[in-house]
Amino acid sequence: MQVIKGKVWKFGDDISTDLIIPGKYKFKTIDFNELARHAMEGADPQFSSKVSKGDIIVAGENFGCGSSREQAPVVIKHAGVSAVVAKSFARIFYRNSFNIGLPVVECPDLDDSIKTGDTVELRLAEGQVLAGTRTYSFKPIPPFLMTILQDGGLVEHFKKRGGFIWEKQG
Amino acid sequence: MAEKIIFRKTGKRPTPGDIVVLPIDAAMAHDGTAPLMIKSFEAMGAKRVWAKEKAAFVIDHISPSSNEGTSALHKMMRDFAAAYGVTLYDVGEGICHQILPEKGYVFPGGVVVGADSHTCTHGAFAAFSTGIGSTDMAAVFASGKLWFKVPETLRINITGTLPSNVMSKDAIIYAIGKVGADGATYKAVEFTGDAVKRMTMDSRMTMCNMAIEMGGKTGLIASDSVTRQFLEGRIRVPFVELAADRDASYSDVLEIEAEKLEPQLSCPHQVDNVKPVSALEGMHVDQVFIGSCTNGRLEDLRVAVKVLRGKRVKARTIVMPASREIMLGAIREGLIEELVKAGCAVGVPGCGPCVGGHHGVPSQSEAVISTTNRNFKGRMGCADADIYLASPLTAAYAALYGKLAIPMGV
Repeated sequence: MQVIKGKVWKFGDDISTDLIIPGKYKFKTIDFNELARHAMEGADPQFSSKVSKGDIIVAGENFGCGSSREQAPVVIKHAGVSAVVAKSFARIFYRNSFNIGLPVVECPDLDDSIKTGDTVELRLAEGQVLAGTRTYSFKPIPPFLMTILQDGGLVEHFKKRGGFIWEKQG
Repeated sequence: MAEKIIFRKTGKRPTPGDIVVLPIDAAMAHDGTAPLMIKSFEAMGAKRVWAKEKAAFVIDHISPSSNEGTSALHKMMRDFAAAYGVTLYDVGEGICHQILPEKGYVFPGGVVVGADSHTCTHGAFAAFSTGIGSTDMAAVFASGKLWFKVPETLRINITGTLPSNVMSKDAIIYAIGKVGADGATYKAVEFTGDAVKRMTMDSRMTMCNMAIEMGGKTGLIASDSVTRQFLEGRIRVPFVELAADRDASYSDVLEIEAEKLEPQLSCPHQVDNVKPVSALEGMHVDQVFIGSCTNGRLEDLRVAVKVLRGKRVKARTIVMPASREIMLGAIREGLIEELVKAGCAVGVPGCGPCVGGHHGVPSQSEAVISTTNRNFKGRMGCADADIYLASPLTAAYAALYGKLAIPMGV
């Protein structure tokens, strides 16, 4: 979990939850494998058939904007994606990703030189994205969110610990 | 004001960026998010809902159900609600963001979470109110608490008098165009100024509803006599007037002179792609939708009737009141009769075509004028349709002429 390496699928700015998983599907089923067939459909209709296990999505500003649908990070994870790196995230998508165990990295310093097909390496503890010879730094993920992620998401976290980590902080 | 609410809850003066844990006063999930919430709640092995009277389910997004799959998810919600004693507002009751204030869940100073991004609507009642996902909601249902990052606040100050053909919807679309789709990410968006003071509760809710369209965590408006009038007899706690301190600090301020505003549009396929109606005057319109948690309230229906009374619509026009209470009010005032006579398809209270699941999916290359809050590609169920967001007044004019027209005042 500390180091994630994978092949890049590149997307632009403002990738909304309607592009990630159109609303028309999410009301019909909560079968994640069925939903995952439509992952990123609005942005790239063939995405779910092209993506391989372990691939990484790299995107621009405001990834996951729009609705609160948790199905958005869920379908990305179930499609096989191991992490999402973006210049910035919409806040609900960001929270949801940790809750369902999808690593997401906010890296404002990313530039547009990373392309689909490149390989990137995410070093979560160090706060670094390695792409070829280039290194981009990001503010490391807050420790309590890292704990939830390492537990495999909020459900597993609660089962493992019998409570939520933040209750101890309140 | 967000910091003030948090301070009252925690007893500690917060600084933007702090992580705080807040007790929840009201929690809501709907048919798009409750099924996953139930799945997470049960997977956690949680035994009970922390406070039944503070939790609500609403079936509004695909309501009534249009297919077997959705019906199964609705049944899952009804079964859970019955088993755990959670109040469920079923088909026909209306949209979650209208129901929560109507039924007394929302009050000034309260902390409201909804498994829906437009939960920021309730900030119109001076509540700290924000959207969360299903698993966060499962945590709330289990524990009654949740973590939040203390937001900075963006102030939008609207002064002067809105022209008679400009509604609060035009003001918020204009503001989103200025701030951008992510310009307020992680921030509270507080609306101030004498123009806001004079607005009805309906108009205020429209603006707070769309705070999320600039990335905002919550919208916020100080509570006053207008708020009190709406909430009295509905809430179970004493009403308080809550406003920002005089020396409150803001990360940014956007000043809007109301007099200078004209009717606005969010053009395809981004809410912050804003143009005045005048720029697209005469554009052909295939479908009009008046409704949703943004603009499905009594004030909006009255405006539509003022335009359409005794006339006949030229574009396919769908109208859906936001709640049963609004539907009843509209029936009593004769609005529904006028709309039906004018050729509108008036539907059951609920989200309607806004989320593209049912009740009015547009066809390819059609242009839709909608009073809703999102125009993302595919939002209304067809990726090749063009959705323009507008005020109910502009929408009613588009219905009347079958093309975009600059509305006259009402």
